[in-house]
Amino acid sequence: MVIGMTRNKKIEVQDLRLSYGHKEVIHGISFDIYENEILGVIGPAQSAKTSLLRCINRTVEFTPKTHVSGTIKVDGIDVRKQDVFELRRKIGMVAPLPVGLPITIYDNVAFAPRCSGITHKGALDQLVEKCLRQAALWDEVKDRLGSLGTKLSGGQQQRLTIARALSHQPEILCLDEFSIAIDPVTTMRIEDVLKELRSEMTIILVTNLTQQARRLASRTMFLWNGEIVEIDTNEVMFSEKPRDRRTYEYVAGIFG
Amino acid sequence: MNPSNQESQAQALAAALSTTSVGAGAHAVRTAPARAKRSTLAITAERGFEWVIRICGVSAVLFVLAIFFFVFREAFPVFKSADFHLGKFLFSTEWYPTSMSNVRFGTLALTVGSFSVTGVAMLIAVPFGLGAAIFVSEFCGPRLRETLKVVIELLAAIPSVVWGFIGLTVMSRLIVQVTGTPVGVNVLNGGIILALMSVPIIVSISEDALKAVPDSFREAGIALGATKWQLVYKVLLPAAKNGLLAAVLLGVARGVGETMAVLMATGHAVHIPHGILDSVRTLTANIAAELGEAPEGSDHYRVLFLTGVLLFGITFVVNLTADMIIRGMRRR
Amino acid sequence: MQAEAQLSSFGAAAAGRFTETALTRRKDFTQSIAKWVFFSMAAAMIIPLITILTYLVVKAMPALSLDFLLDPPMRGMREGGVWHALVGPIYLVFVALAASARVGLLVAVYLNEYARDNWFNRLINLAVINLAGVPSIVHALFGVGAFVYAAKFGYSVLSAALTLAIMTLPVIIASTREALASVPMSFREACWNVGATRWQTIRSIVLPNSIAGILTGVILQVSRAAGETAPIMFTGAVFFKAVERGDLFPYHLTDQCMALSMHLFVVSTQVNNVPEAIPYATAVVLLSTVLIVNALSILVRTRMRSRKKW
Repeated sequence: MVIGMTRNKKIEVQDLRLSYGHKEVIHGISFDIYENEILGVIGPAQSAKTSLLRCINRTVEFTPKTHVSGTIKVDGIDVRKQDVFELRRKIGMVAPLPVGLPITIYDNVAFAPRCSGITHKGALDQLVEKCLRQAALWDEVKDRLGSLGTKLSGGQQQRLTIARALSHQPEILCLDEFSIAIDPVTTMRIEDVLKELRSEMTIILVTNLTQQARRLASRTMFLWNGEIVEIDTNEVMFSEKPRDRRTYEYVAGIFG
Repeated sequence: MNPSNQESQAQALAAALSTTSVGAGAHAVRTAPARAKRSTLAITAERGFEWVIRICGVSAVLFVLAIFFFVFREAFPVFKSADFHLGKFLFSTEWYPTSMSNVRFGTLALTVGSFSVTGVAMLIAVPFGLGAAIFVSEFCGPRLRETLKVVIELLAAIPSVVWGFIGLTVMSRLIVQVTGTPVGVNVLNGGIILALMSVPIIVSISEDALKAVPDSFREAGIALGATKWQLVYKVLLPAAKNGLLAAVLLGVARGVGETMAVLMATGHAVHIPHGILDSVRTLTANIAAELGEAPEGSDHYRVLFLTGVLLFGITFVVNLTADMIIRGMRRR
Repeated sequence: MQAEAQLSSFGAAAAGRFTETALTRRKDFTQSIAKWVFFSMAAAMIIPLITILTYLVVKAMPALSLDFLLDPPMRGMREGGVWHALVGPIYLVFVALAASARVGLLVAVYLNEYARDNWFNRLINLAVINLAGVPSIVHALFGVGAFVYAAKFGYSVLSAALTLAIMTLPVIIASTREALASVPMSFREACWNVGATRWQTIRSIVLPNSIAGILTGVILQVSRAAGETAPIMFTGAVFFKAVERGDLFPYHLTDQCMALSMHLFVVSTQVNNVPEAIPYATAVVLLSTVLIVNALSILVRTRMRSRKKW
């Protein structure tokens, strides 16, 4: 896990500021994410971690009265200059609470490809199976792909959400506290999947479990109250002497 | 989509799928898969349709303006007529539109007629409607509640001409028997009929208002040892008073705007009533009764349209007030 | 003093009613009274209604028969039936709702899915609400001014139907919006996250899951349009029009027509020496039609509620 100087920057954030109405929640942060790495994002609640993700895939625009300034570049191009739907297909987003759409399991996973124009049945079948396998859900649902997505258990719906996020073959995968609503066993299975996916895509892992970031990520960012306290490799962040005292205290659980 | 396009897509997808491995960490350099793109036709068609939706949405404002515009347009020329004075129109009780010698267009008697019938209706409907709403929301079990709600819904569905018919026949006979007056169509008749028509809306809005009172109020009351009745009287009614006021206002707007039922149930006398057993005519009934006979373009015709503008104004203001109150209530 | 009494009664309640004081007995009593008072208020509306309806049916019996439904009115309404008045509303309602349901759906989709919270859209909301409160006679005046004269459609089924369309439009918009809003936001967000456009989300998830509510709203407006008199009285409905018995297609768009609601008005106030049963029978037919349509909407609603998908 060496950080090569020659690695490409997949995402560049420069001086990002976000306000909801008059309240500023992200105060001018800048950082880069490299291709094919897993970046952990840790921090206490209300630190604007979710808002950061929503800025990257531009779903923050659906909330009224938000104002974004600064630049976010994906693949070197400002996100505001890209076609927003293409951008969202490049980025897979997994929300904290599992959401099964009220359509069949097959349709849940086939939804995104169909929206982007793929209608060939054979291709869709292959894609659905692949994504469900990657989300560690295939074995449980392969005989009932026709049943409703909303009737699955919480853990299954979360894996369905992950399968949906993978169905449009994203280059970037954002996970926002994905393990909140699921049991530890399922969490471990998904963590294994994430380790495999790293070779195919860039992953941003927002988590309230610092140990999870330690296990999976190569670099981690500590975000607190909309500001970056520290961002560095895991060896530094989780050691006894990170650059910022607060990092140590948060990781050690002195505050949270 | 043409088949060759689909096939090539399938091929590209298959190629992409095969280069990625689901096994243990092969660190292969991955090329970005051929991304599927929607055809430009689909994208433009969708954008076009979204514009249609936007235009339709915006046009809703046009409909309201159109109603006001077309009604006012027919009414407007009357202002230039020599026989017409706005002050007398609003405040005189002398309505003689077809007189040969002295044409007069005073609508005050009609306005009083409208409000007196509505007033009687509210005096009956508000206590009963409120009582029913309290019963449905606080005192009754779920089965009975569903049945009552269905009954109230069916009550609301009865067309106004049927109500008018009931007023003309059933209620009229009843009133004659009970009070001994010679004519059964009067303010009382119209008031009772209008009350029965307005009850559904009063019940449903009042029920909404009572439901909107947070449960914490009820729990606090019970914790202090209050009975259901004390709870209703001292806690819920004051808390819900805005919504209840809105319910009454909506009932009033409904009453003032009702046409057929009052046309058939209140009689035809254009005068200020001396008691509830007098016949009256309301603004709405007047238009309905006389529009058929007024020649197009005549002053009479135009004054009737102006009465329509007046009605529009009254109900607009009352509805707006009620709506603002309801919005304030829902936001809490 | 009163506070002590209240506290002690609370204690009594907590002790499981072993100590039934005079205070608690009085409280129970007032509580039952209150319950019965309110119950009787609810009943006070329903019992007269049932009595009135029974009276109507009883008085209508002599004239009610299948012939009554199929025959046209004869001999100046004094005999015969209500056939054309029955067919008329079908035309009117069909044309009216074909227009208003479609436009209403689009407006509701715009307001609920696309509109941002700015002053202009609040104005549109306001406009819709006020449109709903316009008295039916003002709708009639509008119909006369706009369709009969300005658009030169004249006195016809078309003018009457369009007037009914404008009348039913705001309520359809309101009920459709409610149906759309009942679909949880989380579904829409899940769709946006995978790059679906607004319309794709609406078409695939929002609309299919709000169909029940939309349908209920439309059916209710059908029943309302069938029963209204004032809007059609001056725009297209007439006193009498010659039509064959049992003819299903008697009217063209440019014709004038008879409608059941107008017919009831005419037969009970404008014609002399009508045998008593005929107006009552007409009222009963109109009432039954409206109630059947309403019952249909309630049926749709309860069936769809039982098939909830989330």
